[in-house]
Parts: sequence; structure tokens; C-alpha cells
Amino acid sequence: MERGLRTLSERVGDAALHLKPGFQMSSSPKTLFQKIWDSHVVAEEPGAPTVLYIDLHLVHEVTSPQAFSVLKERGLKVRRPGRTVATMDHSIPTKGGYEAADEPGRIQLRLLESNAQANGVRIYGLDSVQRGIVHVIGPEQGFTQPGMTIVCGDSHTSTHGAFGSLGFGIGTSEVGHVLATQCLLQRKPKTCEVRIDGALRPGVTAKDIILAVLAQIGVGGGTGHVFEYTGAAIRALDMEGRMTVCNMSIEGGARAGMVAPDDKTFNFVNGREFAPQGAAWDKAVAHWRTLPTDAGATFDKTVTLDASTLEPMVTFGTNPGQGVAITQPLPQPSSLADANERAGLEKSLAYMKFEAGKPILGQPVDVVFLGSCTNSRIGDLRAAAGLLKGRKVAKNVRMMVVPGSQSVKLAAEAEGLDKIFKAADADWREAGCSMCIAMNGDQLSPGQLAVSTSNRNFEGRQGKGGRTVLASPLTAVASAVAGRIADPRPLMS
Amino acid sequence: MSAPKFSTLTSRCVVLPVQDVDTDQIIPARFLKVTDKLGLGEKLFCDWRYLDDGSPNPKFVLNQPEARGAQVLVAGHNFGCGSSREHAPWALVGFGFQAVISTMFADIFKGNAVKNGLIPVVIEPAAHAALVAQRAGQPDLEITIDLKSQTVSWLGQMPLMFPIDPFSRTCLLEGVDELGYLQKFQKQAEAHEAAHA
Repeated sequence: MERGLRTLSERVGDAALHLKPGFQMSSSPKTLFQKIWDSHVVAEEPGAPTVLYIDLHLVHEVTSPQAFSVLKERGLKVRRPGRTVATMDHSIPTKGGYEAADEPGRIQLRLLESNAQANGVRIYGLDSVQRGIVHVIGPEQGFTQPGMTIVCGDSHTSTHGAFGSLGFGIGTSEVGHVLATQCLLQRKPKTCEVRIDGALRPGVTAKDIILAVLAQIGVGGGTGHVFEYTGAAIRALDMEGRMTVCNMSIEGGARAGMVAPDDKTFNFVNGREFAPQGAAWDKAVAHWRTLPTDAGATFDKTVTLDASTLEPMVTFGTNPGQGVAITQPLPQPSSLADANERAGLEKSLAYMKFEAGKPILGQPVDVVFLGSCTNSRIGDLRAAAGLLKGRKVAKNVRMMVVPGSQSVKLAAEAEGLDKIFKAADADWREAGCSMCIAMNGDQLSPGQLAVSTSNRNFEGRQGKGGRTVLASPLTAVASAVAGRIADPRPLMS
Repeated sequence: MSAPKFSTLTSRCVVLPVQDVDTDQIIPARFLKVTDKLGLGEKLFCDWRYLDDGSPNPKFVLNQPEARGAQVLVAGHNFGCGSSREHAPWALVGFGFQAVISTMFADIFKGNAVKNGLIPVVIEPAAHAALVAQRAGQPDLEITIDLKSQTVSWLGQMPLMFPIDPFSRTCLLEGVDELGYLQKFQKQAEAHEAAHA
């Protein structure tokens, strides 16, 4: 190993290590992505990826144990504990208490606690009132701020891009790299503008925007790119809606999705526990105002969509790119020219037990899941409760409501939202990832069909043999009430 | 600390030409409660590979006789999409795979793969289709992957160049460890922190 390391740096010499190429280009127009990237370049050696500084590292119990083990093996400590935040979300029970988790889950949770303690890392443990899904609590506590580089061993780290930060998921080896060095080796991705013009019609939400984008570009359409969402429909979204959109960037293959920060962003961040305060706040906002993409800056490609044409979207297949407007019939495999795509569609429809050409409206539903890092924030719960109020979940349907964080749960209870869910016979739970990934006992039985506000409809994602239809909170509630996949718009007066 | 090394490989292959295989299929989430990397090879493609009673599904490619000892997986387009779980390459390597051939890999999976000595080999769709067709009539077809020349070849196919990040290639050929490499930049990282405090 040592030999290889020296060869690489000997080739270039120390002077090259101080090059910051981004700073040489400051006069030409730049994208939001380019500005953040350039200001985080620590070093670049010829032939090697950029050494990129990471401002915020979020850690959870599932993808960190082996990374902490590497640190232990090498006698290393977390280099910047103050830039590292740990929470428990994937394996935790939503009924409360360690005793509800299985033995491997308990071991994982305890290991995260001991690893955090040994390294002086802040942890939101099971007894914390601020605990929650990592991508919910980052913004909620004010850790997530514009202009930052943010990583986590979790692909939905793209969520944080809603704040005009560069957030992306990494593997466990890279979790170890960031813990030990606060840096990552990265090749600069290409950029893709995803422009959403027009205005959403009633009953159509941020979730429908991103499901429509994914249906248009497919699950591999953004591979190698970072998305920047632009256009009137994006500017009109509140911060929670922007988080929902950015969250699912990875479902299009883009590691990160970003939205330029504006006054909505600053108002959301202002006053949160870990946000800058006083003079530091003013200085930060002045900097954040320089971040949006400059006029004249170019993207490697552009995708456009007119929000005013959108209807509520649902997925019908086994990847998030297989979506349709809820009023449309399911696609025919025979309409696809490419044999592999045709085979993929046939396989998906067979797994879902759906018939090509038939409507998806009216398909019987067993479970409705309202939760996940995509749609579990207070605005999602308000929208869902607003539609559910005075109605009941259909007798044959089990509806679970899992807030994204304990703070969201408390806020919802303070507004009486829990009472609306309970009165409708929905199950009101503690915060966690829950049935989005089905690691904690919350799961579908084989064959069950769920309408879920989460982000992935992969085979078995919500429990082995389970079938998932992704939808907005409004569509989820309408389907819970009808006991069948249903359009929320007729329920909205 | 040394990283996995790779130079050349000649092996039979397993063909799984399904497109958009996500990492939830490669290793389902219920097996992510491990705190080490051991035993995941047994769970590779678990829900496709085993029947409900736990016995091997005879129709699944990994359970067919020619899969035994195969070190190359020929996969469909956009392999490894979805979750960032590094358990996916751990499971593939645990099974015995050292390379995956596809027409495209998901970004996070590709990065995780090379860090575990698993070579992501991208070839053109036409070459991929030809390989799948030839393998269908020749189950013991051997594939050779030469990382130094960045080529892949098989019987009747002249070596095809495949792209790989030069740094990843150097790391794999020389067994260079990325964390060790990153640690050399601590002074620069401190300078960055001082400048942005």
C-alpha cells in the first residue's frame, strides 16, 4: 500500500496539492452546484479524484458499524465530532422501547450509542425527544444549511439539497473516510437542470412532481448527474415540498438534487438550534444569497415538465420510474420497442399482479403507510389529516401514520392531528423509517398491497412479497378511505 | 492496511440480464442488521434465489450447475440502483464474484464495488447482447478481464476496452487503500477549515 501511495503523490509534488482550480474560474457564470463544489475542494492530484471537504456528516445505525470498526482497527478517532451527528431511525421500533426491537437490531442500536460516546459524537438516542429520521432531523435542528456539503451512509441524503446544499449518499467505506478525515474522494458529476414550469392544480403535490419526473426520465436517467430543480413550480413549493422533491433524486439515479436557496429557505433555518445566530446569521445569509446559479451558467443537460398538466401520480411497477397519472391505464409492454424494457415491464406487472391496459384506480388496498423521509413532516401530516378529518379508514385497510421525528410527533399532537388519525382508525406511531424499509417489524405480509408515501416500490421493499404503490399523502388518504386506489380530488371541496 | 488487489481474472459467468436491479434485490434490508461483513454471500439475491420454504429455487441462475465457482456476473442495464448499502458488493464478493459486466451501473454502487475489489465492467449494449446470446449456447463460456489493459474478452471476441476511473484502477492494481491516501491531506483539510471558520 505505502508504495502505491507514494507513487501517486511523488508524481505531482507538494505544490500541486494546494491547487484550488475552482477559484481560478471565479469570473465565469457558475451553477449552484459548481459554487459549492469549488468552495469545498481541499486538494486535487492529477489522475486522482478531488479531495472534497465535508461540512456535515449524518450517521445512523445501519451503515456505520463497519466504518467505526475500521477506525478502531487503525487506532483512529472521529476527526471532527462537532461536524458529525448520529441518530437512530432504520431499526428502531415505532411502538417505543428497546424491547420491541429484535436482538440484532438491539445490538446495532447499542453499538451506535457506544461508538458515538467513544468518539464524542452527538447522538439522538431512543430517549431523545428530538430523535427521528436522519433526513428529517437534519433540517429540523438547523444542522442542514445552504452551501454545505452533507453526506450520510444513506441514499436519501439528497433530501438536504432542498436547502441549496450539496447532499449525497455514500457507502460504508466512505462513511469511514469521512469519520477519519472529514474528506471524501469524489469525481465531479455532471449537472442536469430539472425545470418545472407552471403551477400545480389542487390535489397535486410535490410528490406528484417528482413521481412525474421519474416517470419521464426513468430510474437511470440521472446517473452521473446532480439535479438542480428550477422553475416557477419549484419556487412556489414550501421547504417541505422541496425536500420531498430532492429526496427522490436518487430514484432517478442522481446522487444529489438541489434547489437554490431563497427567503423561504432562510426563514425555515432561522432560529433553529444549530443555525447561526446574531451577527453570524447575517453573515451567513449574505453568503447564502450568492449561491444561486448565475445567469448564463450552463448545465450538461436539461429536463422540463409543465406542472399545470400534472395529475396525482402513482407507481404501478417495481421501481419508482414506473409511474402513471392516477386516471390513466397501465402501460402495454407491447408498446415498448426495446426487448429489455419490455421484459422489465412484464416482470414488474407480474409481480404487482396488475394487468396491462387496465386502470390502476380501484385496485384493492390492504395497507396505507404515511411516513418516511419523503413525506412524514408536519405539512404532510396536516395535509393528510385535513383530508381524513370526519372520515374513516376502510374496514379492510390498515393505516399506519409514522411521524418523521419525535418533534414532528409532538407538534402534530399539539395541533390535535393524532386525534384525527386515531378517530379515523389509523395507527399513530413513534418516529422512524418504519415500513419504508421494513427493518423494524413494521412490514407487509406476502401479497399485501400498500399505498405508501415512501420512496421505493422495489420488490419486497416493505416486506417480502409485499406490493407497493407510491403516492402522495393525499392519494394515500383517499385510498385508505376508499379501500381502493383512489383519486384525492373528488374528496377535496 | 492493504486493500484488495486485482490484476486479471478468467472465469465462467452467471447471466442475470434483468435491467434496473436494485440493491434491495441484491441484499434485502432485513439482512442489514449485521455489524460486520460476514455471511452476506449466503443471502445474495435471497428473495429470487430461495423458495418460501428456504430451499434453493432451481430456476434461479445462481442455483444452476454452471454457476458454481463463477466469478463474473453478467448483469442488466443500471445494475445496483437504489439504496447506497455497501452490503450489496459485500454480498456479491461474499458469494465469490470479482467482476460484474453491465451496460451501466448506478453511481453509488459502482463506487462501493471498486472499494471492495469488485470490478464494474461497462460494455456497449451490442457487445453485451452478443455476450448474453453466446453464453446462452455455451454455458461454460469463460470471460477474461484484464485490469491492466482495461479489457474484457471471451472466446471469439477480441479484447474490448472498458472505462474505469484511473485512480480506482491504480488502487485495485496496487492494492492502494483510499483511506490511507486521504489521510495524507490532513494539513490541507486544516487549512480549509481555518479559511472557512
